[in-house]
Amino acid sequence: MNGSQTATHSVAQTEATKPSLAVFKFASCDGCQLQLLSCEDELLPLAEKVKIAYFLEASSHIEPGPYDIALVEGSITTSADRERIQKVRQESRYLITIGACATSAGIQSLRNWSDHAEFLRYVYADPGYLKTLSTSTAISDHVTVDFELRGCPINRFQLLEVLQALLAGRRPRTPGHSVCLDCKRQGTICVAVAKGEACIGPITQAGCGALCPAYHRGCYGCFGPAAQSNCEALCEHYLKDRIAPERLVPLLRNFNASATEFRDAGDRVDPNSDPGQPIKNTPSPTR
Amino acid sequence: MPCYAKESIDKYRSQQPHDGLSNVEDTSAAGLNGSPTADERDYRFVEKRELNSLIALLRADAFRVLGPRVEDAAIVYDELESLEDLPQGYVETQSPGRYRIEKGDHENFFQFTVSPNSWKQFLFPARVSLARAKKDRDGWSFAEGDDLQQDADGRREKLAFVGVRACELAAIAIQDRVFLEGPYVDPVYQRRRESTFIVAVNCTTAADTCFCTSTDSGPKCRQGFDLSMTELPHGFLLEAGSQVGGSYLEKLESRPANPSEIESGFRLEQQAVQQIRKQLDTHDLRDLLLNNLDHPHWDQVATRCLSCTNCTMVCPTCFCSSVHDVADLSGDNVERIRQWDSCFNLDFSYTKGGTVRDNTRSRYRQWLTHKLGSWQDQFDSLGCVGCGRCITWCPVGIDLTEEVQAIRVKPTSKRTLSTPVEPAVATCVVKDEDD
Repeated sequence: MNGSQTATHSVAQTEATKPSLAVFKFASCDGCQLQLLSCEDELLPLAEKVKIAYFLEASSHIEPGPYDIALVEGSITTSADRERIQKVRQESRYLITIGACATSAGIQSLRNWSDHAEFLRYVYADPGYLKTLSTSTAISDHVTVDFELRGCPINRFQLLEVLQALLAGRRPRTPGHSVCLDCKRQGTICVAVAKGEACIGPITQAGCGALCPAYHRGCYGCFGPAAQSNCEALCEHYLKDRIAPERLVPLLRNFNASATEFRDAGDRVDPNSDPGQPIKNTPSPTR
Repeated sequence: MPCYAKESIDKYRSQQPHDGLSNVEDTSAAGLNGSPTADERDYRFVEKRELNSLIALLRADAFRVLGPRVEDAAIVYDELESLEDLPQGYVETQSPGRYRIEKGDHENFFQFTVSPNSWKQFLFPARVSLARAKKDRDGWSFAEGDDLQQDADGRREKLAFVGVRACELAAIAIQDRVFLEGPYVDPVYQRRRESTFIVAVNCTTAADTCFCTSTDSGPKCRQGFDLSMTELPHGFLLEAGSQVGGSYLEKLESRPANPSEIESGFRLEQQAVQQIRKQLDTHDLRDLLLNNLDHPHWDQVATRCLSCTNCTMVCPTCFCSSVHDVADLSGDNVERIRQWDSCFNLDFSYTKGGTVRDNTRSRYRQWLTHKLGSWQDQFDSLGCVGCGRCITWCPVGIDLTEEVQAIRVKPTSKRTLSTPVEPAVATCVVKDEDD
């Protein structure tokens, strides 16, 4: 079906009445907004439905706010960004966070377990010009978020589903179940049971299409904790199965290190974590 | 050509006293497993290479031949082109949360038990397209989904399963009841099932997770097959279970099995029986579980259960699914997709107003009380065939036989569920009262 046919029998929308879409970047690698550009076949139909008003990775043409839909990528790591996200919120009708950085502070939140000043000393000869916060925090720690889309990076089909749902005025359908369900639907052999691999698929939310186990390696939690995930039971089982904490902690503490369930599980398993020491993380809301 | 599986389904149903899995001959007279004595059966002996001829014959008759083969770290069910594809010489070890295969010191093709796959994946596929809708200038038009359409020449794919275990025959019989009996026949399942040719194999070994002797569903294949095999060191004992099975047997180079071969097959079958260690006491199981809905053990299981859905996915009888309409961006093209789903999925019990089973305790209890309890009200049998898959493939090795035992040794009757039970899950077919 081609675009012109679509236009004839879908609700006619002029440029002026189309909902506007903006994409904002905070501390991140751009990989999630790149997923929007990767929607190659769907980009033109999407552009018929929404006006892409602010998307620096795609175009230097910028239209002023307010925006109907804001996709926010990245976490808050500087004081300037801490203020900018407030402005984005004020200008946006629906604010949707995309990716692990925006939803759970990303891999850069590993700094929350470390001495920020020491990092600066090691990396920069003269860190005097740097103005960074000592923590990386999720967008929802700062402003109200209307919908969180998980993943590192996000799944573009889920992104399209969320946009489509918003346009249709219905609830987006993104799964909250574990990666295991998708492995089994695809006929992927469980790498934990059949190979003794440390796989955190049972506690990780699906969305990637159970990619890693399909390539014979364990899941490392890109989509963050599954709904009501029982991290404690899985970790206990792996430790009993003689999987070392040194193997387990990095699985829990990577892209979604600061997601509450993974953070707490990692801290429980980590022999070096000091329960008396308050951790700098602020709790991030999860599904 | 007559309809193979239909013949065996009809035959199976006529033998079936409709008391679920207790479909065996008098067990007291025939030993632990209820097997008839060896000389009652009409066995033919074939050389091992004749299995190649059988596969070739089935393929020549346009069957897609499926059976066990090694893929990566497991024995799975997939397409077979010849004998060479089978896992010859392999042995397996299974225990709660653990599965391994390796080359053993034998040359047999079937010296293992059940795979992480089950035949369910072919009869009740994980994802099917049920229907399509398209909007154009004239409005909406509707069509059947890909999985209900026929080939261009009006033919349908025929399936031949090679290496079906006794517990799997029992599982297929249960799914037959779920999908084919009652007022709502599932067309996807029916279409696939009616063309299925089944070559069963008698287990000669048992895994540590097997307990088919407790559920009366094995390890000897008794009915529900077209052909059955027992693998001896130098050949197969074959037995026809249907007319069509017999017609294939006639085309193979075979001779009547001699008494020592029959005796040796019988001994191998007994060997499997003797290797089974695990037990599930099925006595009064329905009432035991449904009378202990507030047993503290449910909380205990919930601390270990990951609610990850693995047990239900590998279970050869679990049949839950969800149906979604998926539209493209224009909204003009919609496909109705059915996918395997699970009572362990939080979203599965989501209805208007919230989630019905909002914690792992209630989801595990739902699964176990349905599988072993209220299933009997719905389908006149247990929902369990003793294959042990849910034990092996649980990432943390939860063993349902132990969970039942924990409740059995110390029952409490706090809250009970009286008959008739409510439908356990949304997709369950409720049995008619007068049935």
